[in-house]
Amino acid sequence: MTREELQAMAQKEQEKRKAFSCRLLVCYSTPCISSGAEGVRKALVDAVKARNLDAEIDVTCTGCVGPCSRGPLVTVRRAGQEDVIYENVTPEFAVQILAKHALGNEVLTSNVLPKDLPFFAKQLKVVLANSASIDPESLESYVGAGGYTALLKVLEDMTPEQVVDEIKKSGLRGRGGGGFPTGLKWDLVRKAKGDKKYLVANGDEGDPGAYMDRTTMESDPFLVLEGMAIAAYAVGADQGFIYVRAEYPLAAERLRKAIKMAEKAEILGNHIFGSNFNFHIDIRFGAGAFVCGEETALLTSVMGRRGQPYPRPPFPANSGLWGCPTLINNVETFGNIAPIINRGGDWYAGIGTEKSKGTKIFALAGEINNTGLIEVPMGITLREVVFDIGGGIPKGAGFKAAQTGGPSGGCIPAAYLDTPIDYENLAALGSIMGSGGLVIMNDRSCMVDVARFFMDFCRDESCGKCVPCRVGTSQMLRILEKICNGSAVMDDLEKLQEMGKMVQDTSLCGLGFTSPNPVLSTLRYFREEYEAHIRERRCPVGVCQIKEVPLAELMKELPRRIREAAKS
Amino acid sequence: MSAENTEDKGLEYIRQGTGTADAKATGAALKRQAEELAKIGAEKKGGAAEKAKPAGDSPYVQVDRTLKRCQYSQDALIEVLHSAQETFGFLSDDTMKYVAHELKLPPSWVYGVATFYHFFNLKPQGEHTCTVCMGTACFVKRAGDIVEALEKEFDVKAGETTADGKLSINIARCLGNCGLAPMIILDGEVHARQTPESMLDQCKKLVKG
Repeated sequence: MTREELQAMAQKEQEKRKAFSCRLLVCYSTPCISSGAEGVRKALVDAVKARNLDAEIDVTCTGCVGPCSRGPLVTVRRAGQEDVIYENVTPEFAVQILAKHALGNEVLTSNVLPKDLPFFAKQLKVVLANSASIDPESLESYVGAGGYTALLKVLEDMTPEQVVDEIKKSGLRGRGGGGFPTGLKWDLVRKAKGDKKYLVANGDEGDPGAYMDRTTMESDPFLVLEGMAIAAYAVGADQGFIYVRAEYPLAAERLRKAIKMAEKAEILGNHIFGSNFNFHIDIRFGAGAFVCGEETALLTSVMGRRGQPYPRPPFPANSGLWGCPTLINNVETFGNIAPIINRGGDWYAGIGTEKSKGTKIFALAGEINNTGLIEVPMGITLREVVFDIGGGIPKGAGFKAAQTGGPSGGCIPAAYLDTPIDYENLAALGSIMGSGGLVIMNDRSCMVDVARFFMDFCRDESCGKCVPCRVGTSQMLRILEKICNGSAVMDDLEKLQEMGKMVQDTSLCGLGFTSPNPVLSTLRYFREEYEAHIRERRCPVGVCQIKEVPLAELMKELPRRIREAAKS
Repeated sequence: MSAENTEDKGLEYIRQGTGTADAKATGAALKRQAEELAKIGAEKKGGAAEKAKPAGDSPYVQVDRTLKRCQYSQDALIEVLHSAQETFGFLSDDTMKYVAHELKLPPSWVYGVATFYHFFNLKPQGEHTCTVCMGTACFVKRAGDIVEALEKEFDVKAGETTADGKLSINIARCLGNCGLAPMIILDGEVHARQTPESMLDQCKKLVKG
């Protein structure tokens, strides 16, 4: 493909869109599909066909719109008018939308999402900018929205050094959790010595309660491919891998189609845009191991082995896949690249806080009114996210804690709701940014039980290579179980804290470093709940069943139990 | 020929096969053995196994295709295991031995990888499968109650199959549909926002057929 062909494709697509009097956009991401978007799409397509409206009305399946709890969602787009989004659409209602709104230009009164909903007003979409309006399975659709101009610009006008400098200028940091500066990482790989270099996109979103990467891959697969190609040009790699969880079949399917289409259009493969730059992408499947989110473990998994991490150095930037320099970034990080190249590093650096630039996608879930996917500028407060965008806690219950970062993160209590969200602030609160899961808990959640849940997860997911993580998580879980069933003593709290510190300090990889975070952060902010379980032998919210007694008191307890058994 | 007997022979072939010149010949023999074994297995297990048997002469057609596509590269082990699980529904010892032989890897290596990843099942699954998501969002929304109710009703532990082979109950770490928690996958179909009652109803209906 050449510059002219790309422009022609974009123009043709835009003209095609303009020719329609009305466009009906059906959100076709996993949450909406599981609420019945397929039926809605079919009803609309059938109705359009039956009335011979193919030339006037366009029905397109798009990526994620955001408010997943309100799905299936249908957006009505008419030229010169503001978009109208309908929520909870049924197939019958979809036909009504077609008959009245699309044809008669009369906005229906029910199921309309309010225009001034804070859910949308407070968001700033960079990565997901196009996700609600383009068809993820169409290259033309992506190009029509300005796609592949960044890659073209990079190949025609920029040297690899300039690309790296632009990313450095933007202040972008890795979106997978650690927050390592992306530009610096690229520079390390670019300067690393080696004939062959690899590039890996980490789409192994094992973190429970998070689905940003899934949505990015499902809603805008070409954006990820373009970001990867730009990165490959910058660091000098010619082979890339996307590591996708096996639990995300739709994401893998869309990526596979996107790769095929891009190869056919010669914007992936050999001589991209007629230049000397070659880049190939393969998909690799994960198989359900949380530890594979850690970069060295992911690399061993890409090579088809047990996904166990190895000590660094050597860092993957010097010795990664098959001993070659390897750049590894999160899928969301790659999603930020094309917008940065198109609009400049300075523009991106203008968003966010001093040390954390740009936007971040969060998956809002748990006890909150508007669950769904949001993209907000860094520095927004947790209160704005929970009460404005999220619409508060349902059924009049109180806010208790926000859990960020999954099993590697911590629980943030109500007292810190006004903290601006960025990498440093979250770390200071004993949590991490993580990949962006944000699970809200109301006052009916027992924090000890939550800590036990996460510790059980980490113990199960520990790969078993290093002792602190393998044994430490088991022992911490044992103490937490004792607290939950009432057989713990106050000394156990000290032991828990001490062991948490030890596991943090001595583990081999990120899973171990961060696994005590949920326990330590709940101990820090909700210590009275732990103490209530032990001293008063009660669970303040009534989740845990306290039936046992500490070992030292067993002799006193036994006669009572024998008496009770005899009675019954 | 009994199943134990063929298994021993299969192992023997692998021992001989690694690094010897007649690897090809033993490979063909092993394939024959595996076919026979699969036949015995199908007879033993009846309907479910029969259904899982792919079209074509050898049960490993699909796996062979993946092997060829990956050019028998040892690095493609996970992909080959994925394809094997897709074909058979689970990874039997014989399947793993076959894969080990074809990729010239020690069987222990293949077994190590298969047991490391949660996605691979080493036991056959029931006629119907019910996967309950236990990610954080689903946990906060009380997915635990659903698992408990199912375990009690069908008298089976999570991760196991009922004695009559009708229903397997599994727990998933996170299925990435957190906005609609708690969610369950019943025979490949996603059900969002479930309660213990609604789930019991649906599972009972399924099992009754």
